[in-house]
Amino acid sequence: MLGPALVVVALVALYPLGETVYQSFTDKSFLGLGGTHWIGLENYTNLVHDSIFRKSIVTTVKFTAITVGFEFVLGLVIALVVNSNFRGRGVMRAVMLVPWAIPTVISAQMWKWMYDDVFGVFNDLGRRLHLLHHSVAWISQPNTSLGAVCAVDIWKTTPFVALLLLAGLQVIPKDLYEAADVDGASKLQQFWRITMPLLRPAILVALIFRTLDALRVFDVFYVFFGNRVDTQTMAVYDQNTIVTVGNVGYGAAVSVAIFLIIAIFVVIYVTFIKVEEQ
Amino acid sequence: MTAVAETAARPRVQPRAQRLSRRSRRLIKRVPFLLLLLIIIVYIGFPFYWAFRSAFTPDAELFKTPVQYFPSHPTWANFHDALTDSNFRRGLLNSAIVAGAVTLLALGLGSLAGYALGRFRFRGRSAALYMMLSMTIFPQIAILGALYTLINRVHLYNTLWALVFSYMVLVLPLTVWILTTFMRALPRDLEEAAYIDGATPLQVFYKVMLPLIAPGLVTAGLLAFIAAWQEFLYALSFTETPDKHTVTVAITTFTGKTGSAFQVPWGEIMAATVIVTVPLIVLTLALQRRILAGLTAGAVKG
Repeated sequence: MLGPALVVVALVALYPLGETVYQSFTDKSFLGLGGTHWIGLENYTNLVHDSIFRKSIVTTVKFTAITVGFEFVLGLVIALVVNSNFRGRGVMRAVMLVPWAIPTVISAQMWKWMYDDVFGVFNDLGRRLHLLHHSVAWISQPNTSLGAVCAVDIWKTTPFVALLLLAGLQVIPKDLYEAADVDGASKLQQFWRITMPLLRPAILVALIFRTLDALRVFDVFYVFFGNRVDTQTMAVYDQNTIVTVGNVGYGAAVSVAIFLIIAIFVVIYVTFIKVEEQ
Repeated sequence: MTAVAETAARPRVQPRAQRLSRRSRRLIKRVPFLLLLLIIIVYIGFPFYWAFRSAFTPDAELFKTPVQYFPSHPTWANFHDALTDSNFRRGLLNSAIVAGAVTLLALGLGSLAGYALGRFRFRGRSAALYMMLSMTIFPQIAILGALYTLINRVHLYNTLWALVFSYMVLVLPLTVWILTTFMRALPRDLEEAAYIDGATPLQVFYKVMLPLIAPGLVTAGLLAFIAAWQEFLYALSFTETPDKHTVTVAITTFTGKTGSAFQVPWGEIMAATVIVTVPLIVLTLALQRRILAGLTAGAVKG
């Protein structure tokens, strides 16, 4: 009974994974007239000196740090607000799920239009509130482009992070707070001494999921910048190398590198959790 | 004086004036909270409002400064244009076909696997479970090249089959995981009764278990459908011609009626986003509990 599912998983994930590793040692190409040759570590030595790839790593890590940071802090605030008792809490929870359900490509298009350098609502608001003296080309200007793309991800994902944290908040027993009230602990003390320690598992799960997600970001960058070199993520660079350029061998080496970079983050988190537990 | 009479009758009740002031004091205390709530709602809702507003705004108003925050001459023209765009219509249809097929296939394979993993003890069971779990965080990009070559080799490039096949990698592990959790939670009595009556495991599976985990199937199916509906990377890489594009790819390649390179048809694009978004909003609001149950089954156990 398990068989069919395992066969599909093997075919669609395990075999391609092995194939990727193999291809990364070859010069396989979709342009090439000649066959595919084993070239050993050549792709990897090229990769080390590939300044575009290095730049894409920096962009991706910056994006990850900014978005995960904001999503965690804002998500925690939202979770705390929604966790208190008020009418319409159920509706609020449902509303928070909506941005998550919208395809990233769609939300990217919605924001791209809001960022429009002439008719966009952000420029208009900025001018009306006298924050801007002239229109800003948020997406194409190098000093605002990363912030612009981060804002989309933060908007889309913060409510989801809040929902994960909210699930964690709801299993904290209420009588702990009552006891703390009796003992005269302030709300702030209660937050640091009760809420944060007991929320730790939910926080870790949220952080791990978000980090791994952010490191493989593709959609929003592709919609905003296409293959623009100065604002590529690792995934955009890889997709471009494989599909547009047709350089499958080199792209496979990039894939392996991405896989390893993500693995490094997983190891960091896991050791962090282990250290915490001791 | 009624207040006096009341206090005399029920000495513990506070005087009216004081009660009111306490009530209003509580209300004032709630103002920052309500303000915060309002900010959150505006933050989440504004981009949606803006997409709706732009979709209903005629081009002449849309491409004009200063920007108007509410269309003064609302129009359906953009919706008409989007829905008569053959690439967009094709995209909607393709997405529906792919997401539907992916969902059915994942539920079929996943419920069988979930039954095996949730009910029987055998060697490698936990290994299989962990493999499924680790694959839910699998980076799709890592196998893009290999899938691309594989799909080309079996001549599935630029077909919807390529997408149905490749989407299994993002959908199947979570489906298996959720259904395993649901299977485990079921009491064993019914199954045992069926076995005593001489049913085979397969009969037990589809006559007893499947109806019982119907809620699990809805949850897993929803998540699978949404994941397939949202996918972009594989759809972009494994299809080439507009007649095979899914809606996510179609919406990034909108050229509009005029096909002008100078003016992006934002009104039409926003109408298209509204068309794609509204069913998803309705679906999420209606089935919020189911979705959350599935997501936390995937997340909390991780």
